[in-house]
Amino acid sequence: MRRLREAADAVASAAVRWRGPVVFVAVALLLLVAAPAALSPFRLELLAKYLCFAIAALGIGLAWGKGGMLTLGQGVFFGLGGYAMAMHLKLAEAGPGQLPDFMVWSGVETLPAVWEPFRQPWFALLMVVVLPGVTAFLLGLLVFGRRVRGAYFAILTQALAAAFVIWLVGQQGLTGGTNGLTNFTSFFGLDLADENDQRVLYSVVAVVLGLLYLAFRQVVASRFGRLLVAVRDGEDRVRFLGYDPALVKTVAFTLSAISAGIAGALFVPVVGIISPALLGVVPSLEFVFAVAVGGRYTLAGAVLGAVLLNYGKTTFSEHYANGWLYLQGTLFIAVMAYAPKGVIGVAGQVRDFVAARRGRAAPAVVPPARVEEGAAA
Amino acid sequence: MTGVVPGGREPLLRVTGLSVVFDGFRAIDGVDLTVAEGELRFLIGPNGAGKTTLIDVVTGLTRPTEGTVHFAGRTLNGLREHQVVRRGVGRTFQTAVVFEELTVEENVDLAASFRMRLPALLRRRKGRSDEVAAVLDRAGLLALAERPAGVLSHGQRQWLEIAMLLAQRPRLLLLDEPVAGMSRDERERTGELLVEIAREHTVVVVEHDMEFVRTYASAVTVLHEGRVLTEGDMASVQADPRVQEVYLGRSRDTRAAEPVGADADAGREREGVA
Ligand SMILES: Nc1ncnc2c1ncn2[C@@H]1O[C@H](COP(=O)(O)OP(=O)(O)OP(=O)(O)O)[C@@H](O)[C@H]1O
Ligand SMILES: [Mg+2]
Repeated sequence: MRRLREAADAVASAAVRWRGPVVFVAVALLLLVAAPAALSPFRLELLAKYLCFAIAALGIGLAWGKGGMLTLGQGVFFGLGGYAMAMHLKLAEAGPGQLPDFMVWSGVETLPAVWEPFRQPWFALLMVVVLPGVTAFLLGLLVFGRRVRGAYFAILTQALAAAFVIWLVGQQGLTGGTNGLTNFTSFFGLDLADENDQRVLYSVVAVVLGLLYLAFRQVVASRFGRLLVAVRDGEDRVRFLGYDPALVKTVAFTLSAISAGIAGALFVPVVGIISPALLGVVPSLEFVFAVAVGGRYTLAGAVLGAVLLNYGKTTFSEHYANGWLYLQGTLFIAVMAYAPKGVIGVAGQVRDFVAARRGRAAPAVVPPARVEEGAAA
Repeated sequence: MTGVVPGGREPLLRVTGLSVVFDGFRAIDGVDLTVAEGELRFLIGPNGAGKTTLIDVVTGLTRPTEGTVHFAGRTLNGLREHQVVRRGVGRTFQTAVVFEELTVEENVDLAASFRMRLPALLRRRKGRSDEVAAVLDRAGLLALAERPAGVLSHGQRQWLEIAMLLAQRPRLLLLDEPVAGMSRDERERTGELLVEIAREHTVVVVEHDMEFVRTYASAVTVLHEGRVLTEGDMASVQADPRVQEVYLGRSRDTRAAEPVGADADAGREREGVA
């Protein structure tokens, strides 16, 4: 009898331990093998776009879900990465010594100095990470060092998104103004009009998402990840453990900005445009909504939410152009009220509910701490 | 000052001319306090005497209006909370604050890891370090190591706080009412733990419970209305008529430590940091 119980326990704990990796591999196969084979080029391109948003969602899951920083300005970092990439693509297309098309149209005669280094692919790629990263780092030191938090932080980041958009629009000759940067034909040797190359681009996005997921997983599982949760739940207590919470938050915020920047940079060749309308207050809010709906406390929930919500948006908007906004709002409120752990947490919630109904009838096979870890995988 | 501090050596902690004013109210009013290396000192006094405020000032939570705090020969004035910890001063709170979503072990591990640099922090914790295991064992929490701290009872939380404090390996430990709200059994265990800790550390304990103090205290400082009323060993302090008047005298009961109920509640509420 006891042998049997021990065996059952071993199986259960192995199931918990392996569930994460198994799901990861299954999703990877689905995205890298099944999707390209099954989906039309049009649908695949849409999926690539959702995956870009999922990359940004990883960062929000880290900063907000784990770190409690409600960042409503991720559009800014998405934009910094996006513009860095777009500038390079425009210059690469224009050819050596030439101006990008939109500059010619708006009467700019010499290439602005800040554009020049973006001719170099390595510089542009570096800037995709450095621009959002450094911006977030400096902002974080400034803001968290002054103990700005909660709603104040949220509003501040939102204001930043608004200001960024206004600035972009005002710099017609530099940024393409309202129209943004568009009309890209190639991406590091890939022909963006070619279906095969599009598939390659899609795979690049999927692989980057997978790698960043693993990297962020590592951060979450590390001591730093535990510390981040501690800061979220008791920032003032953390100080008395000898850590500076401002620094902890700044690092997490910076990582979240970098993921948004990478997302923006990949979005540019996938969707073919980067413009202020994609980065402002509303898109920044939508990033966060999606993560809330998917489940902000786990990275998988954040990714799921980004894909689901953007899929919903596309599907719904095909039929009712304006309805989406209301549906999204309703969904957000419903999730916040009834399922704070999001879609991914619903299964657990149902299980808890059933268990509570049954009373303490069946003893839990797995110790609670293990369940937590498993759910976070 | 009375002869608590052995003459000659520079004390580990030296507080001089300390005053703290909250909106015109003097919570601390010209306090001098020295604690020698290796000492176990009890800080007693009625509710609102300024005991917690004194600890708050030493640990950087509250800025003093006047006065200085010296620790191990250097001033602590102006340092932020985590910097004070890094100098080697640790504390617990009157209402234990632990991280409920983390396991007991993770709570202690974080406390033990603050000297690590970022790259080391970004690595996964592999197993349990001997140090963390030893501290957990000492605090009697080894069996609960993998449970979330949220499930701990009141008394266990206080022990976890003490375990976290020990894991920091501070030179000076400041414990704010470590036995508040504990059962008799738990008090006894905590008392033994304190004595054990005090063998290797310099410890300042804020306490209300006179019985508890009498059992374990060697040196006592009595605070009253923000001032040091007297200092000395327990017997001489108890014999002091002023002490009897402000503190012990209100009731002959050995546990006459909760004279003003409403005030005590107000004090407790303000206490919780997180
Ligand atoms: N932040 C604050 N703002 C205003 N008044 C305060 C503040 N902190 C403490 N006080 C007041 O200062 C006085 C001393 O408080 P303190 O908490 O240090 O007393 P205590 O000796 O620790 O009491 P207790 O035994 O109730 O914990 C009290 O009258 C309290 O109301
Ligand atoms: Mg107090």
